[in-house]
Amino acid sequence: MSLFGPQLPTGPHYGILAEFTTPRDLYHACERVRDAGFTRWDAHTPFPVHGLEKAMGLRRSPLPWIVLGMGLLGLTLGFCLQWWVHSDAYPLVISGKPLLAWPAYIPITFEVGVLFAALGAVFGMFGLNRLPMHHHPLFRSKVFERVTDDAFFISIESWDPRFDPSTTGTLLKSLGARSVELLES
Amino acid sequence: MAQTEADLLDNPVADRPTLILRSPDFHSITEAVAGVVEGPTPTAWWFFFLPSLALLGLLGVAVSWLFWEGIGIWGLNVPVGWAWDITNFVFWVGIAHAGTLISAILFLFRQTWRTSINRAAEAMTIFAVMCAMIFPGIHVGRIWVAYWMFPLPNQMDMWPNFRSPLLWDVFAVSVYGSVSLMFWYVGLIPDLATMRDRAKTKTRKLVYGIFALGWRGSVRQWSNYETAYLILAALATPLVLSVHSVVSMDFAVSILPGWHTTIFPPYFVAGAIFSGFAMVLTLMVICRTAFGLEHIMTLRHFDYMAKIILVTGTIVGFAYGMEFFTAWYSGNPYEVFAFLNRAGGPYAWAYWIMISCNVISPQIFWFKKARTSIPILFGLSIVINIGMWFERFVIIVTSLHRDFLPSAWGYFSPTFWDIACLLGSFGLFFTMFCLFVRFLPMVATAEVKTVLPQADPHWEPKPEREIKDGRALEPAPEGAS
Repeated sequence: MSLFGPQLPTGPHYGILAEFTTPRDLYHACERVRDAGFTRWDAHTPFPVHGLEKAMGLRRSPLPWIVLGMGLLGLTLGFCLQWWVHSDAYPLVISGKPLLAWPAYIPITFEVGVLFAALGAVFGMFGLNRLPMHHHPLFRSKVFERVTDDAFFISIESWDPRFDPSTTGTLLKSLGARSVELLES
Repeated sequence: MAQTEADLLDNPVADRPTLILRSPDFHSITEAVAGVVEGPTPTAWWFFFLPSLALLGLLGVAVSWLFWEGIGIWGLNVPVGWAWDITNFVFWVGIAHAGTLISAILFLFRQTWRTSINRAAEAMTIFAVMCAMIFPGIHVGRIWVAYWMFPLPNQMDMWPNFRSPLLWDVFAVSVYGSVSLMFWYVGLIPDLATMRDRAKTKTRKLVYGIFALGWRGSVRQWSNYETAYLILAALATPLVLSVHSVVSMDFAVSILPGWHTTIFPPYFVAGAIFSGFAMVLTLMVICRTAFGLEHIMTLRHFDYMAKIILVTGTIVGFAYGMEFFTAWYSGNPYEVFAFLNRAGGPYAWAYWIMISCNVISPQIFWFKKARTSIPILFGLSIVINIGMWFERFVIIVTSLHRDFLPSAWGYFSPTFWDIACLLGSFGLFFTMFCLFVRFLPMVATAEVKTVLPQADPHWEPKPEREIKDGRALEPAPEGAS
């Protein structure tokens, strides 16, 4: 998925949604869907299931790089603000400390660095996850309401080159899906 | 139930019991937690909420009167220029720390038991930081210039002094508040989505839906989400240690005997965790009994928390002793006097309340019977919070009230408005907490589900596992105490 490309498949169908009952069934089904060569698909779980990213063949999240960048930016800004204020904007000698009293700048430099890194982590995560997105074809499905409770799903999107409304459905059924549903876009 | 559950904790024949009792499935966890928010308001809730709201009103009156009249309405005067205001501030910041310890530090140490209590503890953190932030704000007296604390460009071309610990404190506490809020909200998103998907009314669907941001629980989302959560935990860990260290530097960087000690940062952090865990205990004991969550917040959780209280309480006791040693070893007569005066001067009563509440009373937690007895845990959690409030009072007021010159000595007594501000801050805290348990899921259900055995994709039901869980179930579980 490219970062700035369209987010949802166009065409009459969004894709196929299959429901599984246990993390175990879902895990094995994911391995099979991955091995069948699908690329535009996802699994949905009420809680993070350990090892599922591997079973899906996902790469690691790029989020740490965003956080690193933001953290370094925060550290730099925090330090430079204090440096600039005390040596240029408002140079006052207080309790005999030098104008560039860098050890005294460390606590605030650290705090601003942490603040920026945390903002990077939260908003970077929102960006990578395309949140907020209050409309989504998956929400049209009634069974999908249980994704935040106790049901496990695989959705294969219609713009996947290997997608076919009937054979993909049969594949998911054969992997032990309790129900399979074709969703409109 | 209390007895059987305690027995299970170290039964050498059986394996350790599961973290969550009664062998629930995923759905029953959702039911147990979301049901609290969706059901009708319990009458007992009003008995907590209305008095809290009344105290919050008292805070409003006290603060308004303070703004109108000035800080002279408090008992402050030379030589005691800081008293209950800063005591309350340090007390509340300290309470906050346990929430971050549970949510961040225990997460990094892979302590999965934290999942039952982390949501409520993080909420407690945020509300405690709110209470804490009031006091430095209002104690400046000229409230209309409180913005001078922040580096805002202004028409006077004036900037704050970044070399002062008081300004470090402004940054530390406000960054801590912001990061805690973000951490809490990120943790809430999956559960808000649960509330959205279970909502029966349009309003609920809309409100929970807006805040759930359209969460779909997809593995691609979870992958970024878990990375963000891990990073936030890794950021919050040094942050929480820095916050109370910086708070302690408000004192330690001064040259006042009794404050000017290098032991302050670690000693304050240990004390913060100590008092915070006590407050978590107070709240959790009430919540689990009131909302029937005994199988999620089990005696095992309380056992662990009591151990942390024992450790941190003993560290605090060591620090009290070490202060006396350092005062004697320094050979500085003012330093020696400050400490002898603390333990034997006019405020000796406060000092010995502190010692008995914080050092002596937690020693009962060496005994497992005490660590797993709900009445003892509840009683002691309140005793410890009283003790920790007195610790800050002792540090602040006893160091100030006898200056270098006996002609400048004084004695601080609180006025009605001092008491009103303290009680009022409790009103704010409990009002927020009551609203929290009423409108938000107080247990992180998505995280609790991950510690159930069947959440592991490689888990297979084994016959003997069922027998063991059956034993935990044997005596019909009913409300403890």
